[in-house]
Amino acid sequence: MTNILNEIGIENYIFLSVILFCIGVFGVLYRRNAIIVFMSIEIMLNAVNLLFVAFSTYHQDAQGQVFVFFSMAVAAAEVAVGLAILVSIYRNLGSIDINNLKNLKG
Amino acid sequence: MNTLIAIIGLGILCLILEIFDARKAIIPIVVIGLLAVLGLDITEFNSPNAYYNNMIIVGKFSSAFSALFIILTIFLVSLGHKFYENHQTKISDFVAIKIFLLAGAVAMVSFGNLAMFFLGIEVLSIALYVLASSNRLSIKSNEAGLKYFLMGSFASGIILFGICLIYGAMGSFDVTEISELSRSAELPIWFPIGIVLVFIGMLFKIAAVPFHFWAPDVYEGSPALTTALMSTLAKVVAIATLYKLVKTMNADISPSFQLIIVIISIASMTVGNIMALRQVNVKRMLAFSGISHAGFMLMTLLSTVKSSGTLLYYTSAYALAGIAAFSVILYVCKTKENEDITNFQGLGKNNPLMAAILTASLLSMAGIPIFSGFFAKLFLFNQTIQAGFIALVIVAVINSIISVGYYFKLILAMYTKEPNEAKIPTPAVIYAVAVISIVLNIALGLFPSFVLDLLG
Repeated sequence: MTNILNEIGIENYIFLSVILFCIGVFGVLYRRNAIIVFMSIEIMLNAVNLLFVAFSTYHQDAQGQVFVFFSMAVAAAEVAVGLAILVSIYRNLGSIDINNLKNLKG
Repeated sequence: MNTLIAIIGLGILCLILEIFDARKAIIPIVVIGLLAVLGLDITEFNSPNAYYNNMIIVGKFSSAFSALFIILTIFLVSLGHKFYENHQTKISDFVAIKIFLLAGAVAMVSFGNLAMFFLGIEVLSIALYVLASSNRLSIKSNEAGLKYFLMGSFASGIILFGICLIYGAMGSFDVTEISELSRSAELPIWFPIGIVLVFIGMLFKIAAVPFHFWAPDVYEGSPALTTALMSTLAKVVAIATLYKLVKTMNADISPSFQLIIVIISIASMTVGNIMALRQVNVKRMLAFSGISHAGFMLMTLLSTVKSSGTLLYYTSAYALAGIAAFSVILYVCKTKENEDITNFQGLGKNNPLMAAILTASLLSMAGIPIFSGFFAKLFLFNQTIQAGFIALVIVAVINSIISVGYYFKLILAMYTKEPNEAKIPTPAVIYAVAVISIVLNIALGLFPSFVLDLLG
């Protein structure tokens, strides 16, 4: 395990995670379909999980891997709530386009 | 620790009571249970202790703030008695979610490990997403829920990335270990980046400028009781956690970091107050007022060594005034479609006591003497001047004067206009909550040293 990490270098793992995280951020900012926005949030969280595992191996320390389980559970709970909100929006509006949600302004 | 376990037990009890079809008894039992938990919390005040490998550190700071959260939850749960009148079948869900939210809040202020910190934030936020969209037939509530969900999980992602970079630099999640390590030797570049990301995420949660844009929409769209919860409990929790994080992680704040806090604080106060001047919806107005109060509370971060007492005092004063104001808003707008200022016209004639309570709570938020809001601002400004930020205090004083403008808009509507309709009877619970919270607020103003000296 450590050999591979040494060969690739921890920096490359960080770059990969940052790129994935930024893809997620731009997805949240630019996509208008609520499902795709949820997927972008998942990409953000999973980019972090990847980096956690990489750091965990880098430090030879299991805490980071345990944290990944926590964050996976939290992400699942979050998406469950988010999808429930989406279902009730779809029932009221008949669409899940974020641009249709413009009732609150001022 | 025992407080946290007791709160979670109470939440489960609340769900069990529904199985035994005891819905009517839920709110009284939960209020009594929360009072018992409050007692338990106070016994922990003088016995600092760490549990589970420093996962949870109970000390004076955490138990004092937990006591404040529990008191606020008692008020919010009792207000739910009338608010959820038409949703009797779901009452246990609403109450249980609030109790689990409280558990998240207590976990957030008593964290000793970044894992606990993250879990606390998530438990609090997920409960709030549900509550924000809990009026599922109203498209406004749905929209508020989705906006809050998107912004909240975006902020959680940023916080998580920050925690990850801190872990990468330090190889540990333990805050005391991190703060010891951060003083020694040179650190990888990603450690400061991680701290900044966590800080940005927390600024999202407390709705400080420039991360405030979600707050007015979410506050306006959510059901009124949830707005009360967000603007009092959730805001206080977030600022207390941010304070503890800054205090434990980097005890000696660098000048550039202080400059950033000063700028964010000035921007929050000014933007919040100026935007609040042109609002006609009371919930939206209080959202902007909350943004400006977040700016005031951020000032405590400038002198973390001794300002924890001031922060506790300011947050208690603000939250109690908020509870009193929202209980009047709940009463006035129960039968109305929206919360426009026109609905408050003539309240002074229809129901003088409620009008007086709303006036008192608004005056406390604006910082007029005898109410605790004034003393909170006084101590805060005093401390900030001692720390050497006179320009910031001058801006803050000007902002307090601006804020009187929009608070008086509502007060004038209550007393000078003629009522639109006949008097609506007031439920006793709302009376009780409004009176008790405003009396507590005034008592805090009369005996400030009781709270100020708690944390030393």
